[in-house]
Amino acid sequence: MASVIKSPQSRDVSPQRRASRQNFETWSWLFMRVSGIILFFLALVHFFIMHILHDVTTTTVAFVAARYQNPLWKIFDWLLLSLGLLHGTNGLRYIMDDYVRSPLKRVLVKSTVYGVSGILFFVGTLTIITFK
Amino acid sequence: MTTTIAKTGSVDAMELLTVHLRIKRYNPEVDTKPHWEEFEVQQKASDTVLNALHNIKWTVDGTLSFRRSCAHGVCGSDAMVINGENKLSCVNLISDVGTDLVIEPIRGLPVIKDLIVDMEPFFAQYRSVIPYLIAEDDPGYKERYQSQEDRARYDDTTKCILCACCTTSCPVYWANGEYVGPAAIVNAHRFIFDSRDQGTERRLDILNQKSGVWRCRTSFNCTEACPRGIKVTQAIEEVKRAILYDRV
Repeated sequence: MASVIKSPQSRDVSPQRRASRQNFETWSWLFMRVSGIILFFLALVHFFIMHILHDVTTTTVAFVAARYQNPLWKIFDWLLLSLGLLHGTNGLRYIMDDYVRSPLKRVLVKSTVYGVSGILFFVGTLTIITFK
Repeated sequence: MTTTIAKTGSVDAMELLTVHLRIKRYNPEVDTKPHWEEFEVQQKASDTVLNALHNIKWTVDGTLSFRRSCAHGVCGSDAMVINGENKLSCVNLISDVGTDLVIEPIRGLPVIKDLIVDMEPFFAQYRSVIPYLIAEDDPGYKERYQSQEDRARYDDTTKCILCACCTTSCPVYWANGEYVGPAAIVNAHRFIFDSRDQGTERRLDILNQKSGVWRCRTSFNCTEACPRGIKVTQAIEEVKRAILYDRV
């Protein structure tokens, strides 16, 4: 059988082609784009319900309890919480990598920011799950 | 497209104007930090900012230091911050930028003297993206053919003159010198999307690092600064997409 010489433009000319090219930075960038779009709509709906349809002064435990009768609102709120925190923390990660240059300061600032985000996520999630 | 030269408009090109220049100066042998000095020179409206700088250097203060070579917007030696924007001094006319000029060295690179900066970090980042054709195979006694469509894909990024206007206008680069910067990505783009090149994967791997394309926050400063009119931000986005979809 005659061997075929592949054109240099051919994608499979390189023998050691890896399974995946994308890495954490790739996905973290994509996450920012996608979560940004989702958060835009989540925040709009949240803002409309909490500030236009109802007044914040009427946001009582009874109001939240009535709302959480429907588990979909729990999921909505949890999505807003987790996506908002992840999006915000990842954005801060970019900024810290750029602006906090000393290694010691970077460890301190990063652990503080990640710690606070983690605590907020834990407390928020706990509130949503255990609300009765 | 060639280097952009703005139209002189309705101003009399031969009219002599008093040009007031405020220049950020630094002499490493004397100064501990940069300081401002002011000059006034007579220039025609059709003169370039470089003409005014030459006038100062040749008739007022011979110690004023700046780089320039071709003086026609081709070599990319004389990038500087003119009234807050990165420009080539040789292609911006007095009638265009006005008679009150504030001139500083480009930002984000160490100043050597006056308007001269150390370009080595910039060139090191340029070299890091392997900015030359990689084609290991032997094409025989003939050219490496390329269709007009394939050539058009990277036409925009062939125009770069490495003046560093884009890279030194990038707010991320000012803060983080590890970022390869827009110019390096533009020059990587020129080969990544070249159908004859076989080094695409290596370049995409380099730009897929923390210091690569993901540092770009699309502030568009680079696109505005480019004296060659290269759509720099778009080129960066095309490289991002190539990495994301693993396809050029």
